[in-house]
Amino acid sequence: MSDTASTLPELATYHTGYRSPVTERPHTRTILIGLTVLLLCLFLVLPLLSVFVEAFQQGVGKFLETFSIPDARSAIWLTLLVAAIAVPFNLVFGIAAAWAIAKHRFPGRAFLISLIDLPFSVSPVVAGLVYILLLGTNAPIGGFLYENFNIRIIFAVPGIVLATIFVTFPFIARELIPLMQDQGTGDEEAAISLGATGWQTFWYVTLPNVKWALLYGVLLCNARAMGEFGAVAVLSGKLRGETVTMPLQVELFYNEYASVAAFSLASLLAGLALVTLIIKSWLEWRFGDQLATGTRPH
Amino acid sequence: MELALKNVTKSFDGFTALNGISLDIRPGELIALLGPSGSGKTTLLRLIAGLDFLSSGQILFGDEDASAKSVQERNVGFVFQHYALFRHMTVLENIGFGLKIRPARTRPPKSEIRRRALELLELVQLSGLENRYPSQLSGGQRQRVALARALCIEPRVLLLDEPFGALDAQVRRELRRWLREIHDATGHTSIFVTHDQEEALELADRVVVMSQGRIEQVGTADEVYDTPNSPFVYSFIGDSNSLPVRVDNGQIWLQDRTIGLTDPTAPNGPATLFFRPHDIELVEGCGGCLAGTVVTSRRVAGTKHVELEIGGAQHRIEVELPIEHPAATKSRLAFRPKRWKVFSAQEQPVYHTSPAPVPAQSVLLQRAAV
Repeated sequence: MSDTASTLPELATYHTGYRSPVTERPHTRTILIGLTVLLLCLFLVLPLLSVFVEAFQQGVGKFLETFSIPDARSAIWLTLLVAAIAVPFNLVFGIAAAWAIAKHRFPGRAFLISLIDLPFSVSPVVAGLVYILLLGTNAPIGGFLYENFNIRIIFAVPGIVLATIFVTFPFIARELIPLMQDQGTGDEEAAISLGATGWQTFWYVTLPNVKWALLYGVLLCNARAMGEFGAVAVLSGKLRGETVTMPLQVELFYNEYASVAAFSLASLLAGLALVTLIIKSWLEWRFGDQLATGTRPH
Repeated sequence: MELALKNVTKSFDGFTALNGISLDIRPGELIALLGPSGSGKTTLLRLIAGLDFLSSGQILFGDEDASAKSVQERNVGFVFQHYALFRHMTVLENIGFGLKIRPARTRPPKSEIRRRALELLELVQLSGLENRYPSQLSGGQRQRVALARALCIEPRVLLLDEPFGALDAQVRRELRRWLREIHDATGHTSIFVTHDQEEALELADRVVVMSQGRIEQVGTADEVYDTPNSPFVYSFIGDSNSLPVRVDNGQIWLQDRTIGLTDPTAPNGPATLFFRPHDIELVEGCGGCLAGTVVTSRRVAGTKHVELEIGGAQHRIEVELPIEHPAATKSRLAFRPKRWKVFSAQEQPVYHTSPAPVPAQSVLLQRAAV
């Protein structure tokens, strides 16, 4: 691409009025770009900015005060805890699923692929309700656990973790499957022919081949795990200081007209999203060819 | 090491990729598996390596039955068409990989692995490139690294799957000669798969010609070229002409004329005559010969390729003549094949279809390239 870009201006000077058949006329291009930028500003940048503006409206002091409110603190801790459980779980699951789907042929493989996508197509609220039906203290499984082991799942931390895992299920697997499929099994065959065991092959060959895509998947998974609202809201029961995550706490603050606190906490979430975006862009720029784009580096 | 295949059969989902292959390979031999795509040559190589499992039959490494052993236990060196180098490792790490992953009690010390890898790098004439990554090498260089990596584990047999298939013609020829030298220097029993007959004939001690999951002929380059034992081998290896003829008491007839060739052993009835374009002699005046009208004539390197129409049915054949021969379009040309063979129509090999299909197993992907 860079070659084309550097030769185009030259060509243009030789053939006046030259333009590549697939590019638009200059003013069409300006309009298209302008429209895109305008919409982006209106619907993405502006709301995001307003979050920060609201948060710092009464100064940095007020902003920081939010983070000494016990409820806010416990919400932050709970969110971190949930992400710390859900992300590693999905990391293991995602790698295992991608490995099974991309490198093996077995009956029901196509069905498994659709199944992994299920959390994308099911509304998070529905997912939450299903868990209540299955695991609530009045339901068979939930009741059994509660009566015999005194374990509460619904309206407790385990439920929130479950909901988060459900919602973030596809992120890592989806990132890895196309790349692994594209890479095929040649490298693995080479490794086992050289005497490597299955585990060694995975550790020395398969994993390094997908490491950037994996990191990318983890980032996306993490961002979603921390930001999930719907499914968690259904399962949390909103016991203050106990089962309230950051997004839920933001809502609680907001409903109580504590708008600075709400926006301060929201800005923390937004900040996290921005950091994720920056790392993601950097990864794409640096290792774009290996990130599920369907090309092999050599 | 000696290698023996006994009645090796492989079927995938009811399709028989290999049907009763038996072959003995002598220690230190360089064998080519040659055949068109779909002939089962790559499948056979993968079975020997243990990358696929047999449906029935046996593979013997020396006296040992290797059929049920895993790839890792077989200790084979496998070179892939698309190199399959580990892209995140340097050339030296790639070569030493097979030693690095050994269990602690059989693993040489790090310095020894490094020394061996450097030695092999020198053998494949890439000294100085040890810290490069595969993406920084040319195709030919990558394949050399892949070979060094396969040799590093001191394999009992070296298997190469279309090793030069992804390279351009110039590099191919160069690497071909070089592979022969390496083979002579290291003395590994080696088997390589190719669909390029030139490569097989030039490089191998013996060529195994395969078609439709069966072995058609096994022999030296001279044997398979000069005395092909089936119509398939005749037409697959080298250029050849075929004419539908009839045998009557040993006399060979083309339509209503004898052509001056006799084969007392051939059974009476319809048959096909095979001969090579360069194995002919021109004759003056035609009393018992083949004669035809020149259709086209083109110069190919040092010879003239003349296309002829023979007989009333206008069969087209091609002969090679010296450049200075004045064969002009529409002129008549009479000749007699010097070396030829008739295959009786009844003798055509019959390809049996598979016995009961056996479920295919595979280490990684079931669908192997055939």
